[in-house]
Amino acid sequence: MIWGVLQFPGSCDERDALHACAAASGESHLIWHQERDLSHVDGIVVPGGFSYGDYLRAGALARFSPAMTTVAKFAAEGGPVLGICNGFQVLCEAGLLPGALLRNVELRFICKQVELKAVGGEGDGERLSIPMKHGEGRYYAPPEQLDELEARGQVAYRYADGHNSNGSVRDIAGVRNEAGNVVGLMPHPEHAVDPLTGSTDGLQVFRALERFAA
Amino acid sequence: MAKARVLIRPKEGILDPQGKAVERALPALGFEGIEHVRVGRMVELEAEDTEALGELCEKLLANPLIEDYEIQTL
Repeated sequence: MIWGVLQFPGSCDERDALHACAAASGESHLIWHQERDLSHVDGIVVPGGFSYGDYLRAGALARFSPAMTTVAKFAAEGGPVLGICNGFQVLCEAGLLPGALLRNVELRFICKQVELKAVGGEGDGERLSIPMKHGEGRYYAPPEQLDELEARGQVAYRYADGHNSNGSVRDIAGVRNEAGNVVGLMPHPEHAVDPLTGSTDGLQVFRALERFAA
Repeated sequence: MAKARVLIRPKEGILDPQGKAVERALPALGFEGIEHVRVGRMVELEAEDTEALGELCEKLLANPLIEDYEIQTL
C-alpha cells in the first residue's frame, strides 16, 4: 500500500509520518498541499504541526488548501485517511470528522508518552503506548452528539485510566467517521514505530486503515 | 466599504480555561467581585457586502460547534 503524506506550510511531523507509513505499509510519498491529483496513492495522512501557523483556530485555514478538496472527495469514496494531531484538527474543521479540539484544560502544552485503548475495529481493546504533544487537544462534542458517536462505534481511541491529561470528553483520544475509513487522533503514532524510541505500537494505527485501500 | 466587527466567544456551557485563568488572577491584583470571565476574540474588517458576513462566520471566522459569534456593523 502507498500512503501519501500531506505537507502544509507549518507542518512539522510529515517526515516522521513518511517514515512510519513506509515502515507500516511499504511505501509513502510527500504531497505538497497545492497538489490536486492524489491518484498515485492508496491512503492519505494529514500530519501534525502548525499548519498556517494555527492562525484563527488550529486547522481552520488548512482545510481550504487545494489538496484538502481532493482529500474530501477521496474520503467520500471510501479511501483511508488518517489525521494526526494538527491533522485531526484539520479533519474536524473540514467536517470530515465530528467534534472539535479545544485548548488543553490546564492551558499547558503537554508532551509525554500516553497509554491508549483501541476501540472497535480489528484491534478492539488493545492498549497502545504512543506519545502525545499538543496544546489544543481537548476533544469536545455536545453530549447528544457524543451519545450518537458511541452508539455508532465512532470512538476509535480512548485515553487509558489516568492518561487523559488534556480534559477530553469521555476520554476520547481519536474518532472515526461513520464508514470507518477516516480516523483522527491527537497522540502521535508516527513517533512510535521504532524500538529505538521505546514503542512500535504506532504501526497498528496505520495498519488498521489498510483494509480501506482500494 | 462598510466597517464591521465580529465578536467570537466560547459557547455557553463550554469550559473556557483561559477565562478561568484570568478570573483566578484578578484577586491577587486587587480586583474583587468579578466573575464569569470568558475570553474570545474580535475580528475587524471592511466589507463591500456585509450581508455575506454570516456565511463567512459560519465557514471560517467561528466554529459554530464551539463558538458563538455576533456581527456588529459600524
